[in-house]
Amino acid sequence: MSAPTVVQRIGEAFAGRELLINLTLRELRSRYKKSALGWLWSLLNPLASVAIYWVVFGYFLDIQPPVGDPSGLESFVIYLLCALIPWIYFSNSVQSSLEALVGNAGLIKKVYFPRDLLVMSVIGALLVTMLIEMSVVLVILLVAGNFVIPWIPMVLVLILLETLLVLGAGLFLSVANVYFRDVKHFIGIAMQALFYSTPIIYPLSVVPDTADVLGIEIPIGDIYRLNPLVQMVQAYRSVLYDLRFPPLDSMLYLIGWSVGVLLVGYWFFERHQRRLAEEV
Amino acid sequence: MSDAAIEVDAVTKRFRLYHERNQSLKAAVLRGGRARYDEFFALRDVSFDVPHGVTFGLIGENGSGKSTLLKCIAKILHPDEGEVRTSGKISALLELGAGFHPELTGRENVYLNGAILGLSKRQLDARFDDIVGFAGIEQFIDSPVKNYSSGMYVRLGFSVAINVDPEILLIDEVLAVGDAEFQQRCTDKIIEFKREGRTIVIVSHSMESVRNLCDQVALLEQGKLVTVGTPVEVIDEYLVDVFSDRQAAGDSARWGSGEIRIEHIELLDGDGKPVEHLHTGDPLIFRLHYRAREHVRRPLFGVAIHSVDGVYVAGPNTRDAGLFLDDVYGEGVLDLRIERLMLVPGSYDVTIAIHDDTGTHPFDFRNKVLRIDVELGTPRESFGIVSLDGRWIPQGGE
Repeated sequence: MSAPTVVQRIGEAFAGRELLINLTLRELRSRYKKSALGWLWSLLNPLASVAIYWVVFGYFLDIQPPVGDPSGLESFVIYLLCALIPWIYFSNSVQSSLEALVGNAGLIKKVYFPRDLLVMSVIGALLVTMLIEMSVVLVILLVAGNFVIPWIPMVLVLILLETLLVLGAGLFLSVANVYFRDVKHFIGIAMQALFYSTPIIYPLSVVPDTADVLGIEIPIGDIYRLNPLVQMVQAYRSVLYDLRFPPLDSMLYLIGWSVGVLLVGYWFFERHQRRLAEEV
Repeated sequence: MSDAAIEVDAVTKRFRLYHERNQSLKAAVLRGGRARYDEFFALRDVSFDVPHGVTFGLIGENGSGKSTLLKCIAKILHPDEGEVRTSGKISALLELGAGFHPELTGRENVYLNGAILGLSKRQLDARFDDIVGFAGIEQFIDSPVKNYSSGMYVRLGFSVAINVDPEILLIDEVLAVGDAEFQQRCTDKIIEFKREGRTIVIVSHSMESVRNLCDQVALLEQGKLVTVGTPVEVIDEYLVDVFSDRQAAGDSARWGSGEIRIEHIELLDGDGKPVEHLHTGDPLIFRLHYRAREHVRRPLFGVAIHSVDGVYVAGPNTRDAGLFLDDVYGEGVLDLRIERLMLVPGSYDVTIAIHDDTGTHPFDFRNKVLRIDVELGTPRESFGIVSLDGRWIPQGGE
């Protein structure tokens, strides 16, 4: 599938934006129906994670956060937040879009509409949550003395890149999960592995450059940095925590991955979506 | 570009029947790649045009492919070969309220479902009162739809779908739901659409609605298009086509304690020859060959005739007729002779049963063992179920 086709598909999605908005609202409205705290949960969940990681890693293990350069900020909780909020968005998007098609089988079998809107709406709802969480993080940063306001456009660029990445992954996985239901279980494990192989609860500096395995020197640091999430988390941190532009090569790497995954995701989705009503 | 609203061009649709579906990677690996499946042709090289403003019926037996074809027109299914071209906005009534989310309120669902069917927020705002009014659920509109009765659910679904203001309306048997009053309102709405010159495609088993509503009818059989024409021609062909004393498909079943059983059933005409074609007004004999393996006192023989829509048309039996066979043993034959079969053209299911003399204990119950198909005869009538054999007599006038 070529780039113009993707642009065309996104154009169609824009034409169907009213439906996208409605489906996204459905996701948001139904998520916290009948829970007493309702929307507060979307803030309480990440706060609880932050509290747990802070106690375990910041207090028990006493991991020292680097000092923000040039911001001068030094706080493990904020260091954690800057990476954890983007991570939660990534992780929830991937796991929820897995169910986007399977969970709407009734709709797919009975009504025609562009099927990718189902995946987009799931991610759209999580994007709304992410933006709220990110606003809270920005307020915390301001209180802590990091003047992040001029950096907000850069944060939005990073969120856009991350959204393209999760959209591509979500489109791919949602279809794959229709054909093989154990994709979901596999992803459960993969997300755990990804979480620990991304510098979220620890600084990148603890990862060694090389490792010695049976006498062979392995450039483990370079392999580690191939993970696009490493670049992404580092970019968020550099903008929010350090108040500096991420390195250009790392940005280009991130753009390459986001666009690449989106293209592959759309190609795969297009290829298989015709039989969805029969297979789901 | 022709002036057809829908062009079905050489459409072929295959379904995969999986023997054992790979729903896990392990199964996929063990089986060496793809799951094994048979292909089954739901549609084979079907072509026809539906002109603008025509109400078009699709008929055929279960499994003939008519619903598959409707889903191809609605773009839910994608043909493997060929193409369906449509011009104009389509609304498909395949399952009412398909997009409803149980936790959301009626109001939220109207907007959601409307958007799925292609309406903008502004259009929905303008039509909201009509939609709710037509469904008749004003007071429940702000409760979650999971608390709705099934009737309310379906009414709201129909109401949204019909208010999409489609140029092409696709309907699959949805008229068979809801109470009689709501069904009547649906039919009225369809007739209104028809008058407004919109194109309608109806899939139906009810020959009566097809005859009443449609301008053109296509007959499908095992995925192939048999014929397209006026309702009278096509429905007649359909009935001739399926005419036989074959087992009625699907829900035929047999039960009973078996002391006496129906071994064989013959359908004979007035001269005692096997029936080939049956017409309204023809004589008909049901010849029941039975065998009793022990002495049975006063067995009660009965025949029940149902229309294919499930209406119980007639139930002649030996007790009502005052015939009591005191002691039955071994083989025997019993005729039910009908001098004039007053059924209008259509298909009817025949159930034959033997009960004990109280009529409560079944010896042999053969539910829907036969299907008979009645063709136009004398009197020449086609509406309802039975002919009253009336005559129209002009008494003069101005």
